[in-house]
Amino acid sequence: MTLFGYRVPMMASLLVWCVVWEIVGRLDLVFMLPPFSEVLAAAVDLVQTPSWQSATVTTLRAFAMGMVLSIVIGVPLGILMGRVKIADDLLGMWVNIFSSAPLSAIVPVLMILFGFGEKTIVAAVFLFAIWIIVLDTRAGVRHISPSLIEMARSYGASRPALYTKIILWAALPEILAGIRLGLIRGVKGVVIGQLLVAIVGYGALFETFSRNFRMAEFWALTIILFAFALLVAELIERAEAKVEYYAGARQ
Amino acid sequence: MGATALRNGPSPVPAPIDSIVEVRGISKAYGNVEALRGIDLDFPRGKLTSLLGPSGCGKTTLLKIIAGLIRADGGTVAINGKRVSAPGPERAFVFQDFALMPWATVTRNVAFGLELRGTNKAEREEIARGYIAEVGLAGFEDKYPHELSGGMRQRVGLARALSVDADVLLLDEPFSAVDEQNRRKFQEDLIRLRTNQNKTFIFVTHSIEEAVYISDRIVLLSPRPGRVSQIIEPAIDRSGDPERIHRDRHYLDTVEEIWQGLKQYVE
Repeated sequence: MTLFGYRVPMMASLLVWCVVWEIVGRLDLVFMLPPFSEVLAAAVDLVQTPSWQSATVTTLRAFAMGMVLSIVIGVPLGILMGRVKIADDLLGMWVNIFSSAPLSAIVPVLMILFGFGEKTIVAAVFLFAIWIIVLDTRAGVRHISPSLIEMARSYGASRPALYTKIILWAALPEILAGIRLGLIRGVKGVVIGQLLVAIVGYGALFETFSRNFRMAEFWALTIILFAFALLVAELIERAEAKVEYYAGARQ
Repeated sequence: MGATALRNGPSPVPAPIDSIVEVRGISKAYGNVEALRGIDLDFPRGKLTSLLGPSGCGKTTLLKIIAGLIRADGGTVAINGKRVSAPGPERAFVFQDFALMPWATVTRNVAFGLELRGTNKAEREEIARGYIAEVGLAGFEDKYPHELSGGMRQRVGLARALSVDADVLLLDEPFSAVDEQNRRKFQEDLIRLRTNQNKTFIFVTHSIEEAVYISDRIVLLSPRPGRVSQIIEPAIDRSGDPERIHRDRHYLDTVEEIWQGLKQYVE
């Protein structure tokens, strides 16, 4: 983008919105919206509090466990569905339903199943993240050129070698795209899970801030979460670009 | 007919003295469509045999049955006298769309057959480098397939097939996705390769000129269902300059003769 002949960097639009926020906040129109500078100051204070730090550790741990589970189960499940028709027929419908269902509605049920603790949060992350990973992996496996599989067979590939040396790699761009989307959904899962359980991690913090009308801290926490989700997605996107570099040049 | 040896009709062809691949009574149907019916063929050792025919005559199907990639409905394939029904180390396949791993370098692609056999890394890369040079790709060892032209990619496919040291090389329309200039060069290289390497080539093509240009023996297949309609052995001297073959009288006569035979299948 250029403005008056000057090149404007991509993030510049963000600055504009920050200024707008600051002005609206200063005008004191809405009680919900303190000035942006105040939110930033609150963020700086917030990250120094032990309650934020322990909440972050809890949240990150639940998020990581949920993501690892959904990748470890989702990728093989997607490969299975991409390769075996019966598995696809049996599971396809459910995966599609779950990937588009309003999952927040199920989180209270998880609470009954797993109790008011970390398990529920992990289950929520898993439930939010896994379906898109399964679907993308399946699509990737489906798109592998049949001749690549024939090539492996004709040169004597065993079944494990076929999967680890050909199928996994050939589907890698789609698998990574699925994981990236899964991570973003997983952030949603961790937040919704914690909000509903409301006594763990960020959920407890959000609950405290909004109950006591501490809006600056509330927004600071929101911004930290958004930044985290964007950062994670960006990191995976970097990895994807690297893979696309040679795997994307598929005929 | 000149010096061209020609045998007519569906009657079994007398077996050549030393055949490495023996195909007996192969038939294959896809649903209601009969792709191949009662194919009997012998492929002489150390020769280049082409399977030639119009599209839909089942030539690729036959090649993949010989490769063990497709199961036949009936009949047998024997290599060196041993019946086979799955891929084996005595055969190597060259694919129409190259079938290279886009995430692997030229060296790894060429060495892939050896990698699957458990040859250690240093040894297989050494062998691969030799064949990369043999097909004229020296200096491209660390490139990725997308950095190569179509012709170069197929050279990688050919080097991969050579590196496993199979007796029989099965080539499925290897030049059809390669541009015309590269195809010419490639055909010349294949003639040279056939003389240097003591291997048997089975070559599927739909191009009459290509088949006559490179083959010791041409098997003409007729379509729906695919059957052997004719076997031709062009008596062309390929020892000199390969450019000369295109002006050779026998070459031109054989191309014309096959065209007259195939014309009936073309609307």
